[in-house]
Amino acid sequence: MNAFPGTFAFDEYGRPFIILRDQESQKRITGTDAIKTHIMAARQIASTVKTSLGPKGLDKIMVSSDGDVTVTNDGATIMKLMEVEHEIAKLMVQLSQSQDDEIGDGTTGVVVLAGALLEQAESLIDRGIHPIRIADGFELAAQCAIKQLDAIAEPFPVDPNNKEPLIQIAMTTLGSKIVNKCHRQMAEMAVDAVLNVADIEKKDVNFELIKIETKVGGRMEDSMLVKGVIVDKTLSHSQMPKELRNVKLAILTCPFEPPKPKTKHKLDVTSAEDYRALREYEQEKFTLMVKQVKDAGATLAICQWGFDDEANHLLLQQDLPAVRWVGGPEIELIAIATGGRIVPRFEELTPEKLGSAGLVREMAFGTSKDKMLVIEECKNSKAVTIFLRGGNAMIIAEAKRSIHDAICVVRSLVKDSRIVYGGGAAEISCSLAVAKEADQLSTLEQYAFRAFSVALESIPLALAENSGLHPIETLSELKASQVAEKKPSLGVDCMLTGDSDMKSHNVVESLNSKKQQILLSTQLVKMILKIDDVRSKNDGSM
Amino acid sequence: MEMSLNPVRVLKNEAQEEKAEMARLSSFIGAIAIGDLVKSTLGPKGMDKILVANGRNAGQVEVTNDGATILRAVGVDNPAAKILVDMSRVQDEEVGDGTTSVTVLASELLREAEKLVEQKLHPQIIVSGWRMATQVALDALTAVAQDNSANDETFKADLLNIARTTLSSKILHQHKEFFANLAVEAIIKKSGGTLGDSFLDDGFLLDKKPGVHQPQRIENAKILIANTPMDTDKIKVFGSSIKVDSLAKIADLEMAEKEKMKEKVNKILKHKCNVFINRQLIYNYPEQLFADAKVMAIEHADFDGIERLAYCTGGEIASTFENPSLVKLGECDVIEQIMIGEDTLLRFSGVKLGEACTIVIRGATQQILDEADRSLHDALCVLAATVKESRIIYGGGCSEALMANAVFKKAALTSGKEAIAIEAFGRALLSLPTAIADNAGYDSAQLVSELRAGHAQGKNQLGLNMDEGKVANVRELGITESFAVKRQVLMSASEAAEMILRVDNIIKCAPRRRVPDRGYC
Repeated sequence: MNAFPGTFAFDEYGRPFIILRDQESQKRITGTDAIKTHIMAARQIASTVKTSLGPKGLDKIMVSSDGDVTVTNDGATIMKLMEVEHEIAKLMVQLSQSQDDEIGDGTTGVVVLAGALLEQAESLIDRGIHPIRIADGFELAAQCAIKQLDAIAEPFPVDPNNKEPLIQIAMTTLGSKIVNKCHRQMAEMAVDAVLNVADIEKKDVNFELIKIETKVGGRMEDSMLVKGVIVDKTLSHSQMPKELRNVKLAILTCPFEPPKPKTKHKLDVTSAEDYRALREYEQEKFTLMVKQVKDAGATLAICQWGFDDEANHLLLQQDLPAVRWVGGPEIELIAIATGGRIVPRFEELTPEKLGSAGLVREMAFGTSKDKMLVIEECKNSKAVTIFLRGGNAMIIAEAKRSIHDAICVVRSLVKDSRIVYGGGAAEISCSLAVAKEADQLSTLEQYAFRAFSVALESIPLALAENSGLHPIETLSELKASQVAEKKPSLGVDCMLTGDSDMKSHNVVESLNSKKQQILLSTQLVKMILKIDDVRSKNDGSM
Repeated sequence: MEMSLNPVRVLKNEAQEEKAEMARLSSFIGAIAIGDLVKSTLGPKGMDKILVANGRNAGQVEVTNDGATILRAVGVDNPAAKILVDMSRVQDEEVGDGTTSVTVLASELLREAEKLVEQKLHPQIIVSGWRMATQVALDALTAVAQDNSANDETFKADLLNIARTTLSSKILHQHKEFFANLAVEAIIKKSGGTLGDSFLDDGFLLDKKPGVHQPQRIENAKILIANTPMDTDKIKVFGSSIKVDSLAKIADLEMAEKEKMKEKVNKILKHKCNVFINRQLIYNYPEQLFADAKVMAIEHADFDGIERLAYCTGGEIASTFENPSLVKLGECDVIEQIMIGEDTLLRFSGVKLGEACTIVIRGATQQILDEADRSLHDALCVLAATVKESRIIYGGGCSEALMANAVFKKAALTSGKEAIAIEAFGRALLSLPTAIADNAGYDSAQLVSELRAGHAQGKNQLGLNMDEGKVANVRELGITESFAVKRQVLMSASEAAEMILRVDNIIKCAPRRRVPDRGYC
């Protein structure tokens, strides 16, 4: 067991000396064994998320180590919450994370594809092909697939005046999630939100301007899009007016409290006079602060910090409503939306630095005294908030994730408006192209090409399986008809409508997302195939 | 090498993964168990539960009939059960009532789903069937909902009926007529006496006493409501500390402090108030000063009390006292002490805004009081919901039977596998009247079939009369429920059941290791 290569060496007298210490406490696997274990782990992860693929995919319950329950269908979330320990499994988790960060959708697909690629690689290794050759072959095949994607991609008009096509796409993304109960409404919300903040000319969408706020209770149908900002805070004094119009906002990051010098200091009160002087200073300070805000012309103070009771009352007395403990990101959002500047000191407050909003009101919910502050009709109308409601906390959390996905997809379309057809149609088309290319190769790589082509089929297979169709039968029919009809838009008919042309179902995905899926999973597979030695601390569990 | 024979462990050591059938089984079992737990509390003849608290207040007993309260108290480990508990909590927060119904309906839906999955029906097909059924049920419910808000007289009668229906399953049952008449703003609990001794007080009651030697009754009160420290005002400038080098100076400082307090009291008195209510403590010295000035001073009123008081007397909560002219004082006609049983309370009557009133609940034990409080809270929530959404429907299993009837009709018209799921939805709806009848000890099979037949013939006001154990016209009996509550029950239950049904994999992470507490933080 201890005789790993490189552990011992012998000097000229034949005495062994140890090169690597503490072999007993380490775990080590090398060569083909290492690759095979890795493939096993990766496939296990892929098989977990595989069943959540597609509109008929199922959800997973994740119980965290503190016992909190999450119900989700989103690949990236499942993987993140799985708390995997295996090194390779962790790589898979990161894979779906990077797809999530980059595109925001297709997180399940990318993992399933990587799993399938590794499965194919395993059988090639068994046939004696060197892992590096396989990796290189996959790389070439991926490029071939990308070329095919470019060839079949269709331009998709992003027109702010005609939202219908975008809504259709958002609906495809939301199709696999639980929110498809109010499918269209959610899709419309996502599209409206993106179009509101999007800069069509520059093809840019600033995500910071879209905020998703949630509140448990009510029905999912009560969700709405607010053109403004919603803050989960109330006015600092219960008797301040609940609705304000034509508001000038002072956005402050300094507390309504006596100032605290940054340098360390100590103030000793040694006599009764000092005590009195200090008291007067204190009072003066409070009045001054309120006066400064008032003088700048503000009619609402948004403050990142707390208020003293006295300051709070002074504000009420001076008819200056205020909100306290507003978080950093929210304060920024308010600043952007109202066109105000964030002011760190009372002294620096001037009328130009104030933000403006048409309407600020408190919104109350349910029987418990839950309230939220809504800032609407802002100067910069670009900031929007998607406000979600739902029957229980888990469903809202899932709705939030789903709508985030939908927004991401719409955004990627605004950035690059080319699309391919979903439902596995693009994968089948790529798979056919790669298989065709394979026969023209004279080198060993043609095996890798064929393997790649088979792996691509795993997505339509999983889709068909999850939809209760006969996977192999469906796939072979689709392949045949794609070749015969030369229509790259034929995909798996998940909704059992009898029509497999994805064009008529409006099942589309952005070209960018699909490309990214193929590239990312190929990269990861290459990386895994290149590892031939793993050392880890032996925790005794093996 | 032997390594390759070892299983590859992907998850952490103690993590568990349940897949497909196992996962489904475990979530069904969990959800059904939770449903069965609260099922017996359903309906006017439902039974109560005793909850014995654990942890900090171990041994404390609570008797309740309220689904949300029961579910909050049982610690569940099963993820599906947790979803149901969460759902009933939301129902409680949102509409206040129907917490038991929503849990029972969701668990009955899952019980039906279990059978369907056994018949190899794909969960997604069941889900799509349920969605159709929910829509049909909702349409049927909306169609029969009545809106009487135009007519004040009938609307009031509706409200009374709803309150009566809500209270009928609770411990307040005996006095439901009486309680249904109470309309409410605040609830104060006092043990002693019987439930019948409860009364509705016009005005505001505060469970506090004025300081000693201060006037105990004030007419035409001007109330200053404050939130300010009345002990020693601490210095708020950061980093200051007091350092003296002689005893004499300490005395000086003490004097300065006292002076400051006196000044503050004087400022407060300048407001020309004769009642001063503070949220924070009032120390002996200022209390004495107030007594000298013949001002009633009340300390330590809780935050809710203060806010409500400020609201109903029209005053504002003050923390600075520099500008007496700017502070709005609260006003009321009389403040007096009243005795309830052996306790004295302060009563503010004739308040400026005249909207507040307080219900004083009397009962023999704390448990009865708590339960009465909860029940009244339920009733109030439902009433509030009804005022907002004025449509009403009929209770006593009538609306369930009505929805089930519509759903069965839809099932008969649907071709495709969804029809089976739709039928199952109808059966789950009927399980509510079944549970009501069972709990009352009647022959549920007979009653529910009569009910069903009646509704199929178009008598859509038939429901269960649990006093006599037969099917009757619930409209005549006045068993009325709020449309908003019923709708929420239907939507929440189907949402939650759908969510649980869609799950095919449960992954439990390794529980967090508890690090032994070292005794300090």
